[in-house]
Amino acid sequence: MDFTFSEDQLLFQESVRDFLVNEVTTERIRASWESDSGREDALWNQLAELGLTGMTVPEVHGGLGMTELDFVLLAQECGYVGLPEPLVHTVMVAVPLLNDMGGELAAQWLPKVASGEAKVIVGLEQNVFVEDAHVADLLLIQQGAKLYAATPDQVNLRHNESVDPSRKLFTVELLTGATVVASGEQAATLIASAFNRGALGCAAQVLGLAQRMIDLSVQYTSERQQFGKPIGSFQAVKHHMANVAVRLEYAKAPTHRAAYAVAMGQNVAAHAVSHAKLVACEAANLAAKNSVQVHGAMGYTWEVDLHIFMKKAWALANTWGDAGFHKRRIGERIFATDAVLGAGATFV
Amino acid sequence: MDLAFTEQQQAFREEVRSWLAANVPPEPLHSFDTEEGFTQHRAWEATLNKGRWGMVTWPQVLGGRGCDLIEWLIFEEEYYKIRAPLRVNQNGIFLLGPTLMEYGTEEQKARILPKMANGEEVWAQAWSEPNAGSDMAAIRTTATLEGDKYIINGQKTWSTRAVWADWCFGMFRTDPESERHRGLTFILVPLNSPGITVRPIPQLDGLPGFAEIFFDNVEVGVENRLGDEGAGWSVAMATAGFERGLMLRSPARFQETARRLVELYSANRASADCDPAVKDAVLGAYLDAESYCLATYQTACRLNKGGKIGAESSTNKIFWSELDQNMHATAMSILGARAELLPHAPDAHGVGTWLDGWLFSQSGPIYAGTNEVQRNIIAERMLGMPR
Repeated sequence: MDFTFSEDQLLFQESVRDFLVNEVTTERIRASWESDSGREDALWNQLAELGLTGMTVPEVHGGLGMTELDFVLLAQECGYVGLPEPLVHTVMVAVPLLNDMGGELAAQWLPKVASGEAKVIVGLEQNVFVEDAHVADLLLIQQGAKLYAATPDQVNLRHNESVDPSRKLFTVELLTGATVVASGEQAATLIASAFNRGALGCAAQVLGLAQRMIDLSVQYTSERQQFGKPIGSFQAVKHHMANVAVRLEYAKAPTHRAAYAVAMGQNVAAHAVSHAKLVACEAANLAAKNSVQVHGAMGYTWEVDLHIFMKKAWALANTWGDAGFHKRRIGERIFATDAVLGAGATFV
Repeated sequence: MDLAFTEQQQAFREEVRSWLAANVPPEPLHSFDTEEGFTQHRAWEATLNKGRWGMVTWPQVLGGRGCDLIEWLIFEEEYYKIRAPLRVNQNGIFLLGPTLMEYGTEEQKARILPKMANGEEVWAQAWSEPNAGSDMAAIRTTATLEGDKYIINGQKTWSTRAVWADWCFGMFRTDPESERHRGLTFILVPLNSPGITVRPIPQLDGLPGFAEIFFDNVEVGVENRLGDEGAGWSVAMATAGFERGLMLRSPARFQETARRLVELYSANRASADCDPAVKDAVLGAYLDAESYCLATYQTACRLNKGGKIGAESSTNKIFWSELDQNMHATAMSILGARAELLPHAPDAHGVGTWLDGWLFSQSGPIYAGTNEVQRNIIAERMLGMPR
């Protein structure tokens, strides 16, 4: 039993955090809102140079051959800075799906993803909208029990504006030329795995978002003075943030466990992912609620950075399965007549 | 990361399980807040000690097994699963014991630990005073050094287990000129000393689970001072750290409560589902108990590798105490009209021990530092908010 990350994993997290905090500033995010695509090739290339786009690409295809467990801490850091680029999606969803599919498609696209040359975007029906479909070089789209591969000229996209200006959402209509790449049981398995990885990536990101909202709130309430002292010295304000810290602290281990379960292909993976998604999003939603409160009227403005992270947390809570979806999955397991629960059952 | 138990850990679990299966009393003991129950629980401590299962984390030379934190968690899982008796000497074993190992002299360890281990001496805590609760630095009970004795005068209160315990430990003001956390000394006091009056205080269940202790010129040999004179605050902080830390509130207890709550809900679904919030609460309780377990394993593994407990550990007291309250509140609403019945009431079928647990869960957010104090600690020391 060793529930710790390795020195290498922690060092990688640290260096990626340094890079992201320096490069993905809130000024840069705001600037991206002014561009048509909202995405920046220069930043994507930087991420590729660090090896990040190819983290889960096998070494034979030019990647680092790492797992979801190696990436989970980095996904938290992507959340912490509110990274608009589809890095978590690439590493956690698109690449593993191509890997699982194998064959020519994987051989053709994985090296390009690792080098940063191409983006592959996955659209599952559960999510209704496909994020970042407009920057995809290849789309893998679920329709019913089938998975299609389509290039940009084989789809019609309809943009749906999100409250989070960084999120670019699309409905995707497949045109002639899109090809079936998986169907039946094979497609169902691929889709289920991709979905769980997406939900895991989402959980990890919102942990980072929650931490960022805490940090912004601590900073603001330490500076803002009323009644002759920083408002952060008032217990009512402190307790708002302490409550967030408690929920966040206990959402981390379930997320790391889910990453382990997914990486190891354990039977418990779907359950572990639902657990992580629920508690991480709950922590992030509480972080949003209490952070906007302690910011006072400033929290209600466009100018203060809080909303960059708050809106993303709100949005992610309802993607890759909303609370109802994940609670139903948990319920199906724990309310089953043959459920094994209680002390000693966690790691079985 | 490797989330599987080693063969050695599995074998340890098997060993714990089979010993407990052969030795745990088939009938539940009486509450240790009754005289009869106290005696039963003291005897159970002796039984545990004979099997060397009393203090598994203590070093082998002191009758323990030198277990690491993972083995400790495994032990606790098996212990709660079989519903073995509660630990009447937990103040001693989990709080004073580790503090003694850190601050005690060799003489003190040799004199005190073996009798603590076999239940011969059961320990009460004597922290709070009528005007020193959350504000522990306001302690006024004095201990005046005269020759090789302290003369203690004053009053302690909310002393858990003090009614039938043999000893108490606490902080006393040894420097009358001192203020706040300076000038306090950690002293161990035999409760049968002349000049001590113990007045039981009935708790919510009507049983005297704690007591007031009055000290009227009580003489205590200086050999019962733990740590240096005037250093009581730092010794006590170590004790409080153990209390809030892993040892006293292992996840197994809450996971078993969550399991029983799922069972209770499943058995009463027709009525329970009339309130849609109930199912959600049961599910949330199960997840929180699992989260608590996962987080505890993560911390234990980190500590095993030489890591330190940081300010984030203050989150744990809030998390488990509110979880415990929520789980019992949910059970009470599932039980409906029967929830208020005492277990021996003629029509109290199916109520189990939920009422007792519900009452006890009210104390969680209060003792060992109220949750409000914990929130201040989190905000200031973990998050760095201004004082």
